[in-house]
Amino acid sequence: MSNLDYKILIGLEIHVQLCTKSKMFCGCALSFGEAPNSRVCPVCMGMPGVLPVMNKQAYEYAVLTALALNCKIAEFTKWDRKSYYYPDLPKNYQISQYDLPLGSNGFIEIPLESGETKKIRIRRTHLEEDAGKNLHSAGNFSQVDLNRAGTPLLEIVTEPDMNSAAEVRQLAEELQRIVRYLGVSEADMQKGHMRFEPNVNLIITRGGSEFKTPIAEIKNLNSFRALEKSIDYEIHRQLDEFLETGKTMEMGNKTTRGWDDVKEETVLQREKEEAHDYRYFPDPDLVPVEIKEDRLREIAACLCELPLKKQMRYITEYKLTAYDAGVLTAERSTAEFFEQAVAAGGEPKRICNLLAQTGLKLANEKGCTVCELGVTPQNLAELTKMASDGEISASAAATIFEKMAQTAQQPRIIAKELNLIQKSDAGELEAIVAQVVTDNPKAVADAREGGKKCEKAKNFLLGQVMQKTKGRANPKVVSDILALKLS
Amino acid sequence: MKELRDNIAAGKIKSTAATETVFESIKKYEPIVGAYISTFEKSALDKAAEIDTKIASGKKVGALAGVPVAIKDNMCTTFGTTTCASKILENFHSPYNAAVVEKLLAADAVIVGKANMDEFAMGSSTETSALKKTVNPWDTSRVPGGSSGGSAVAVTAEMCFAALGSDTGGSIRLPASFCGVVGLKPTYGRVSRYGLVAYGSSLDQIGPITRTVTDCALMMNVIAGYDPADSTSVDEKIAPVPDYLEKLDEPPGKLKIAVAPRLNAGADKDVQNALADALNVYKKLGAEIIEIDMPHLDYAIAAYYIIATAEASSNLARYDGVHYGHRTANPADYIEVYTKSRAEGFGKEVKRRIMLGTYALSSGYYDAYYLKALKVRNLIRGDFVNAFEKCDCIMMPVAPTTAFKIGEKIDDPLTMYLSDIYTIAVNLAGVPAISIPCGFDRNNLPIGLQIIMPAFSEDKLLRIAKMYESQTDWHKRKSPIISV
Amino acid sequence: MDKKIDRTEVIKVAKLARLQLTDAEIEEFTGQLSAILGYVAKMNELDTADVQPLAHCLPISNVLREDIIKESLGTEKTLANAPQRDGNFFKVPKILEESNG
Repeated sequence: MSNLDYKILIGLEIHVQLCTKSKMFCGCALSFGEAPNSRVCPVCMGMPGVLPVMNKQAYEYAVLTALALNCKIAEFTKWDRKSYYYPDLPKNYQISQYDLPLGSNGFIEIPLESGETKKIRIRRTHLEEDAGKNLHSAGNFSQVDLNRAGTPLLEIVTEPDMNSAAEVRQLAEELQRIVRYLGVSEADMQKGHMRFEPNVNLIITRGGSEFKTPIAEIKNLNSFRALEKSIDYEIHRQLDEFLETGKTMEMGNKTTRGWDDVKEETVLQREKEEAHDYRYFPDPDLVPVEIKEDRLREIAACLCELPLKKQMRYITEYKLTAYDAGVLTAERSTAEFFEQAVAAGGEPKRICNLLAQTGLKLANEKGCTVCELGVTPQNLAELTKMASDGEISASAAATIFEKMAQTAQQPRIIAKELNLIQKSDAGELEAIVAQVVTDNPKAVADAREGGKKCEKAKNFLLGQVMQKTKGRANPKVVSDILALKLS
Repeated sequence: MKELRDNIAAGKIKSTAATETVFESIKKYEPIVGAYISTFEKSALDKAAEIDTKIASGKKVGALAGVPVAIKDNMCTTFGTTTCASKILENFHSPYNAAVVEKLLAADAVIVGKANMDEFAMGSSTETSALKKTVNPWDTSRVPGGSSGGSAVAVTAEMCFAALGSDTGGSIRLPASFCGVVGLKPTYGRVSRYGLVAYGSSLDQIGPITRTVTDCALMMNVIAGYDPADSTSVDEKIAPVPDYLEKLDEPPGKLKIAVAPRLNAGADKDVQNALADALNVYKKLGAEIIEIDMPHLDYAIAAYYIIATAEASSNLARYDGVHYGHRTANPADYIEVYTKSRAEGFGKEVKRRIMLGTYALSSGYYDAYYLKALKVRNLIRGDFVNAFEKCDCIMMPVAPTTAFKIGEKIDDPLTMYLSDIYTIAVNLAGVPAISIPCGFDRNNLPIGLQIIMPAFSEDKLLRIAKMYESQTDWHKRKSPIISV
Repeated sequence: MDKKIDRTEVIKVAKLARLQLTDAEIEEFTGQLSAILGYVAKMNELDTADVQPLAHCLPISNVLREDIIKESLGTEKTLANAPQRDGNFFKVPKILEESNG
């Protein structure tokens, strides 16, 4: 089909579970994996006569996130009831926000593989309460657990600005990073803290005319991998469907499709989006929230440098690779530790390497952050200075770092204890090199000759010096002396 | 009731004796009037004995210590059931007490029982109750008024010394007027709604039904105040709670009373005459009567029956047979759990209002009905704001008629709705209003006088009511069923 | 305008409200709801173009509570009124489709 081309349009609806201590409208603790129906009270189970009271922290986390997403914050916002019947929704309405969302018209910047960034527009962000869970395990009945009912959710809706599954995945990962940086959500996909529903369609050009395929909304995605794969699948399915049926987008023919992770395909759930009449109206039990400039400024003061900006800055300012910058900025605690060590006078590249290779490895093993290893940024800075000055080798630095994590001791003390201070005294080394040269005439001859044997011989001689110094000779200094002696 | 309270506190009367008397009355009169859905004889007597012991040993007790009171059955109690007079909650045992119930308990009141009402408070005659039939003690072929009919009858028939009712469109004031007792609907936000089974959330308020204005003031002292569990309850920094008993017997100086002759003209002759007589009493006490019009009140019923039913359709969605309440026996699927349980559990009037409210909120009709009604509400509130600029209070009838015959209006919803013509606008505006006995009609049926005041002025409202009460003795008359 | 609401609409509304109505009830409600809506249409006599809707009669805003944990009811009390339960779950007939929300 040479005269056929297509453009992909994807918008994303994301639900982020906020990590407040208590639920949105009652004091029940948030839970995961607790015994069923053990974190429920009359309010979140919708008993007769109960009333909701808004959680201040949930509201502020939502505003903070909306600010980080460059949204305009509504001065006046209210709560609306969204009515529908489902066993996991005890009141048979959800308290949400309809026409006055607390944030709108923002954007999120995502990194592209090319190294450039792209802005994806955010249409709106609003707060709502989560429903409980239905389980369809045993027999011909379903079970309802209301532990999750009433958990605060931040819903974020983007414009259809993404043009590939990869971009969607980037956005999802970037959003995860942002909310973790802000400390508003743990954003653990396994625990369902972030849920994604992409809306996909194509604009196909054929023979000079443009055709839009019907929009499909994809549900039941439990991982970034599923997110990416489902979109790729859907793109091809829509193309095939168009080629077969010529079906195009019309009013109300948006479909809902569920992702089957086993078969790796999307399955039709609802044909014509039987337009749900949610009968939105302002919740009479809740009063509006008005936020003034000064309060907004107070909340904005809690914003930190966002991860992507930080990542870019590490590349330009510290000349780190994109990969390394990504590793350091994956978690805010790692990045801040890095910055503190740099501020303490350490060498950025070396700090990066130590953190990325040794620090994070240890942290993963212990199940903590690098800040919690027991190594101070100042000590790390000191360590890298020692390496920069040639006092210790790079591998020694790694060893010392591990020891610092175990003992919380100063690097210099550990280095001395472990005998890792390199011999860099040229005078002292010269004598040893001279000895090695004398003792190994054949190797010397090979080294002098050049050709294939040269490198091997040089390394052998170097190795001999290292042996005599019990590995403590500064290899660079030795190489220089050796080169001089061989010439 | 206050007299009883004082005597019990002074040890002159035993709560046990008072409570026993109440239960004797219940044995005598309940078979005739049917005010209660459930009673708690044993626990009431136990509590009474406990209070008597406490008082005898000089310990401090609450403001209602030992006084037998009734609670409308739409306020949640951990004891007994909370049915809202509906089959759908017939066996519902609440795990928590409503805020006002906690306050009554903290005040050491003796809870006699849960009073009958219109199902889910939807009605003006208590006839829609699915569980009990309540009749008017003044004429047992007539309705007691609704929806707090059981509470009003319990008070009139001496089966308690005070009761709590709820008022969404007149549900305290109307039965109070039909039964010849005092009924106060406080300002919206004055009393916590936490634990009051919601009907029209932006209209509902809990209030006292008592024999005298003094008793009403005492009840207000116990139940009024801010509740952090109710977002619509008013912060006491904005509206402090006064001591309603403090200046009660002091008439509030020169009064300007507004009346709306055009509206009053729609009431029965006897009702109009009683109102005129009451105004004369006030005139003799130095009040000035001015005439006003409240042009938008004609639209109050229309606006109410959209707003209240819209809110109700949403508030009652939770009754679905899944988490509590009645469930149908053999649902074909989970959808039928909803559709059949609700069909079986709800009465006709409740279904009608749910349908009306659902329709008003549905796609395509929201603007024409719900949004329009909210705008009309604003205009109605404006009428009150304007009126209060010219007067201290507004006086008008509570209802266009006295108690009507059982069955007379139940088959025509619209006719029934029109009984609320004088009470309903007050809920839309959120202001306080009281009904006090002001006479009897040619059939010896009680007539109520309604006094309406600006928001959070219940203390002055009670003083104005007391002024009249101290000049009359309508409130002392007993209904025919009371045997001496 | 004769019927403010017709039979089809009544059936649609009953579905939205999850109420199973008998034919007799549909008939009765169609008549009664039409009469009520006819009365309610009275509101159209008022020009409300420049009037703000009044959803809350109290001028309060910003009622927010501190993020403090309070004790939950506990499983037994939560399920005490459940019409049907399966262990510590509420029990319903099998739900076949995904949430409507």
